[in-house]
Amino acid sequence: MLLRHTNKEIKPRKALTVNPAKTCQPIGAMYASLGIHNCLPHSHGSQGCCAYHRSALTRHYREPVMAATSSFTEGSSVFGGQANLVQAINTIFTTYEPDIIAVHTTCLSETIGDDVNQIAIKAVKDGKVPDGKHVIHASTPSYVGSHVTGFSNMTKAMAMYFSKSTGTPNGKFNIIPGYVEPSDMAEIKRLVKEMDINPILFPDTSNVLNGPMTGKYKMYPDGGVTAEELTATGDSIGTIALGAMASADAARALDTKWKVPCQVQDLPIGLAATDRFIDALRKAAGVSVPDSITRERGQLLDIITDMHQYFYGKKVALAGDPDHLIPLVEFLLSIDMMPVHIVTGTPGQDFEKRIREMTAHLPYTVNVKAAGDLFQLHQWIKNEPVDLLMANTYGKYMAKDDDIPFVRIGFPILDRVGHSYFPTVCYKGGMRLLEKILDVLLDRLDRDAPEESFELVL
Amino acid sequence: MSDTIKDTKTIRPGGVDTLDPEKIKKELLSRYPAKVARKRSNQIMVNKKDDTGKTPVMGANVRTVPGIITQRGCSYAGCKGVILGPTRDIVNITHGPIGCGFYSWLTRRNQTRTASDADDNYMPYCFSTDMQDKDIVFGGEKKLKAAVQEAYDIFKPKAISIFSTCPVGLIGDDVHAVASEMKEKLGINVFGFSCEGYKGVSQSAGHHIANNGIFKNVVGKDDSIKEADYKINLLGEYNIGGDGFEIDRILDDCGISVVSTYSGNSTYDQFANSHTADLNTVMCHRSINYVADMMEIKYGIPWIKINFIGGKSTAKSLRKIAGYFGEEEFIQRVEAVIEAEMPEVERVRLEVKKRCEGKVAMIFVGGSRAHHYQELFKEIGMRTISAGYEFAHRDDYEGRRVIPDIKIDADSRNIEELKIEKDDDKYRSRKTEAELAALKAKGFEFKDYKGMSVDMENDALLIDDISQYETEQLLKLYKPDLYCAGIKEKYAIQKSGIPMKQLHSYDSGGPYAGFKGAVNFYREIDRLVNSKVWDYLEAPWQTNPELSAKYGWE
Repeated sequence: MLLRHTNKEIKPRKALTVNPAKTCQPIGAMYASLGIHNCLPHSHGSQGCCAYHRSALTRHYREPVMAATSSFTEGSSVFGGQANLVQAINTIFTTYEPDIIAVHTTCLSETIGDDVNQIAIKAVKDGKVPDGKHVIHASTPSYVGSHVTGFSNMTKAMAMYFSKSTGTPNGKFNIIPGYVEPSDMAEIKRLVKEMDINPILFPDTSNVLNGPMTGKYKMYPDGGVTAEELTATGDSIGTIALGAMASADAARALDTKWKVPCQVQDLPIGLAATDRFIDALRKAAGVSVPDSITRERGQLLDIITDMHQYFYGKKVALAGDPDHLIPLVEFLLSIDMMPVHIVTGTPGQDFEKRIREMTAHLPYTVNVKAAGDLFQLHQWIKNEPVDLLMANTYGKYMAKDDDIPFVRIGFPILDRVGHSYFPTVCYKGGMRLLEKILDVLLDRLDRDAPEESFELVL
Repeated sequence: MSDTIKDTKTIRPGGVDTLDPEKIKKELLSRYPAKVARKRSNQIMVNKKDDTGKTPVMGANVRTVPGIITQRGCSYAGCKGVILGPTRDIVNITHGPIGCGFYSWLTRRNQTRTASDADDNYMPYCFSTDMQDKDIVFGGEKKLKAAVQEAYDIFKPKAISIFSTCPVGLIGDDVHAVASEMKEKLGINVFGFSCEGYKGVSQSAGHHIANNGIFKNVVGKDDSIKEADYKINLLGEYNIGGDGFEIDRILDDCGISVVSTYSGNSTYDQFANSHTADLNTVMCHRSINYVADMMEIKYGIPWIKINFIGGKSTAKSLRKIAGYFGEEEFIQRVEAVIEAEMPEVERVRLEVKKRCEGKVAMIFVGGSRAHHYQELFKEIGMRTISAGYEFAHRDDYEGRRVIPDIKIDADSRNIEELKIEKDDDKYRSRKTEAELAALKAKGFEFKDYKGMSVDMENDALLIDDISQYETEQLLKLYKPDLYCAGIKEKYAIQKSGIPMKQLHSYDSGGPYAGFKGAVNFYREIDRLVNSKVWDYLEAPWQTNPELSAKYGWE
């Protein structure tokens, strides 16, 4: 047994987190920064933060993830990191030549109280920021929220730094895709364009973290939202934020600052959430939905009706980020699966409330926990076994020990490819999710079938 | 990214040897701000060996310039991740916000094997106090104490250790006080590490803090003498990708008994008993040479440098161990093992060599592997034309003879040096003075490591703490056939069309140590440098963009 110390007996824990279902803010900020064109993320803290975040993102995307660090020493931790950051800005603009440096803080620089805004102003005054180049920043203390919070803070920071209003609407629509894969961002963009809407999608990691092999390394790949596009977000006709935790703050900030009306939708995972997204887009932009999209929707529904018998009544345990789990649980419920244990590491009351509302009609009470961990999820599973586990790669230890069919979702996925190239959002992504779920359920059915009932056709 | 060098062909017309390394060094420094270039120039050295084996002074173990994209991590990573990560039966609690614990959770490929499910194994677990803002404001000691108590109540481990992250030191949480209080209360060993990420200049500081902690808090707690012959400790072997298992297999075949490994596949009890071994063998000099020194002073265990990377190196290291114990029957047994293992190694080596001969590699990793792996490349006819360490010190480049000359700077001074004295009760001379003298007379070298530089060619480029910018320049100028580094570097290199091998995690491969490891490595390198993938970089319409075409049946 891999997790041999995990047993059924649940003892209360107030102080000890075991096998977390979240990580810290800065990595989310780094990921969001990579979705800006010609931008180098910068970690204002010890070297280890930057090394850890780059390693984790690299293992997940299998693509270059470049970022710099302020390389704090004991001295800078005592006297403040201003000198380190100013020097870093100079070194970066001279050596690596980005257009934008996106600085995020860490628990170290936050604890000592470095004022990054003031340091950035000093760097400009000292002539360390060449003309036309930018230093943007977000405060991302690791001891608040989770990686999702960091993503949200950096996304808001990029909108706030660049956006301007000329008073003339540009006819574009802001889409904040949330903490999703580059493939998901591309899929969202495809659907929006298919509806004849001209989007500004930010951040946009498509063509950055799912790039091609060409034999030529580009430190700043072709993708990413440009500074010009971010500037134009203040002139857009509206904003749709996908995922309340990751995207709402940026959308609301644009609304407050430039009166760009915004609405917050769930991530379009599954049939109903995608329906709501498309419908909201249609109404907000005043367009009609093309038949091509209605056809995709029909295909997703077709798979559900074809394979419903294998989904029906199957018990599922899930771990992931709130923005993902809310529509995913809704999706599973819509195909008559039975989510029974649901955990996110990210703190926040809304998550449990939404899940409880969504599952109120079930004949049982779901186990749900925000600021929970995988140890707790595993203990729940030990007490009430499930037919399917959906979690990031760390879930495979539970899946192996307890022989549970397992579908990888969320971040990080460290042992499989595909997630950065194929979406799990919108109708096509829904089809892919169902294919993945069916594959593991039917593989299990085949594996366990006695020879006399081993079926050719399922 | 850089286009300072427009056309690499004009610079490398006739192979790497026509390149002037001094010019390359200039080129690597040309883009930096003047101050940064000055600092980096002390860490980029053109190798020159004199008759005595003296090599250029390397400005190693110094701060990384902020803004440089470095390979390096932090002290916490070195302490919790590298040194204590591979020990399975200690509950390692990270005291800090969640990230540090999360990132060091199962990511280093340390393997461990227990006799049965009844044995403790916490390696697949991650324990953290997940500090929140109120803990930062009001202090985290209370939460830490509660976390240790909960860990004890749920898991009943034989030991608990606590690892400090950056904010812990800044807000003044005393992890050592909490540890001793809880040790008293729970009746098990509880100890803390002040390995805040900002300490030192790299992971190396964390290795030191970890090893000091183990030496102070665990070593010497179990005096029982294992009934076995030829008892050694294997220091600085972390069982990544199963390296340690392969080494153990070979040592076992030879009849050599491993009392403890620091720290691959290790247990608390092994550390506690490790002072009873009769010889310390040091694999990774950087991360652990000081432990060998301390054990020699306190307990009388001599140490030798060994290297199990490469077939010949493995054989040589085994002979060294046999020579130390010196019994003829034992020496014969070791020879028999080498004789049985080497034919397969040679068969594969010669087969692979045909396809790899003359190719060039670059290695930028760690504190020992950049040196050790050159041996494997040499065995298949490949040259290592540029190499450097991520977190090594001068002695790892220039050999231990420079240790007295190393200046202690502010960053090193903050890392505790233990004052070690002879333990009158537990000290035991393993060899008489006469025996030691006889061994030395035969050319046997104790506590010696000559460093990497002396084993490299003249004019090879030695680069310490290489940056992303320098990496890209090297690729453009030299176009090596293979580049070895870590996960953060991997894909930028691969995207450049150059095969890349990770020598930290082995890219999910391994073992590469020992005889079977050498075979695995030869085959892996063959796969990488002779892969067909690189022939497909251009689509047909890119190779021949002309629009003229004819129909197939014309």
